Amino acid sequence: MSTHDHDHSHEPLTNGDEPAAAARVRALAELLVEKGTVEREDIRRRIDWLVSRSPADGARLVARAWIDDEFKQRLLADARAAALELGLEPGPSPVVVALENSQTVHHMVVCTLCSCYPRALLGPPPDWYKSLPYRSRAVSDPRGVLREFGLALAEDVEVRVVDSTADVRYLVIPRRPAGTDALTEDDLAALVTRDSMIGVAEPLTQPKLTAQEPPG
Amino acid sequence: MSYHVGQPIRIAARDHEGHHRTPAYLKGKTGRIERVHSSFTNPETRAYGEDGLPEQQLYLVSIPQRELWATYPGSASDRLYADVFEHWLQPE
Amino acid sequence: MSKDGSSPAVHDRGGWPTDAPIDRTEHALADWEMLADALVGVLGGSGVMNVDELRRGIESMPPNEYEAASYYERWLFSMETILEEKGVLEPGELDARVAG
Repeated sequence: MSTHDHDHSHEPLTNGDEPAAAARVRALAELLVEKGTVEREDIRRRIDWLVSRSPADGARLVARAWIDDEFKQRLLADARAAALELGLEPGPSPVVVALENSQTVHHMVVCTLCSCYPRALLGPPPDWYKSLPYRSRAVSDPRGVLREFGLALAEDVEVRVVDSTADVRYLVIPRRPAGTDALTEDDLAALVTRDSMIGVAEPLTQPKLTAQEPPG
Repeated sequence: MSYHVGQPIRIAARDHEGHHRTPAYLKGKTGRIERVHSSFTNPETRAYGEDGLPEQQLYLVSIPQRELWATYPGSASDRLYADVFEHWLQPE
Repeated sequence: MSKDGSSPAVHDRGGWPTDAPIDRTEHALADWEMLADALVGVLGGSGVMNVDELRRGIESMPPNEYEAASYYERWLFSMETILEEKGVLEPGELDARVAG
């Protein structure tokens, strides 16, 4: 993601490295602003909102569910309300559903028809989620897809693939890793990866090392 | 016709000209109701500039994977879940 | 449904046979992609184009174009299609602006 200001109105429409679509999108934006169909300020606000989205909010839901069983029950009944309870934005969908993994059930989410994804809680979907192979194979060979992601499930674990065909958004509550009883809620949230909330991975068992200081 | 959790259903096998959100791989398959969602505007009409009213009841259904794929390479207990509108469901 | 009714439409991908591995390379969104995403959001919020229309527009792409296009190229195609259909864009207007 580049760091320069998003106002391109006085810059050339495209540079040589971009696809033709880049110039077209910029030209479209300019046309729509000129016509008054959209306001430049609304575009900026929308970009700011998109940039603000990350898996951290989803991770907070999961971490709270891991330590508070009553919250977990509320989350399973109505994830949208549970997100609001924690001061999080659940996104535009009227219904958000949390899917709890267990020793005997593993959930995995896909949108075979396009790319529906709980963006408000997880940030933008990864490219692979939107890819044709994932959309094709997640439903017909989920265990093969999971093996590609490094996750092998025993045969007695029921794999449930959820195809997001409507405007309901789905979030997986992965299983809490063993040996985490002493961790704080924030520490637990740091174990919850985006991929574990899509259902193609398990959470981390230890926090990632924080970034090194740049050499001085 | 409205459905309840656990009820056996069949997903209609009909062709639909134009935008609709019932994937081909589900059409004609049998399963059960897992969740009763609320009503939603109908994407089939809203996609063409209409208001999508009246809202249609939406359900989360589940189907055994072995019902969907002739050579499904997984467990007999694996299931596929999808959101399907009431007008695409029939009692089974 | 595809036009001849015998196979799924190009966007209806569940279960399509494929040996393609899932490419897990991720890329940060380019500015133009973020702009495309934002435009759809703003058009939706102001009631000009809803998400069902966006999807319908994407699904109207010729199959070979759909498969060759990147994700946000599909969104661009849909915006152009739907906005022209609604008379927000004149035919050829965007081409002229890009060329000019």
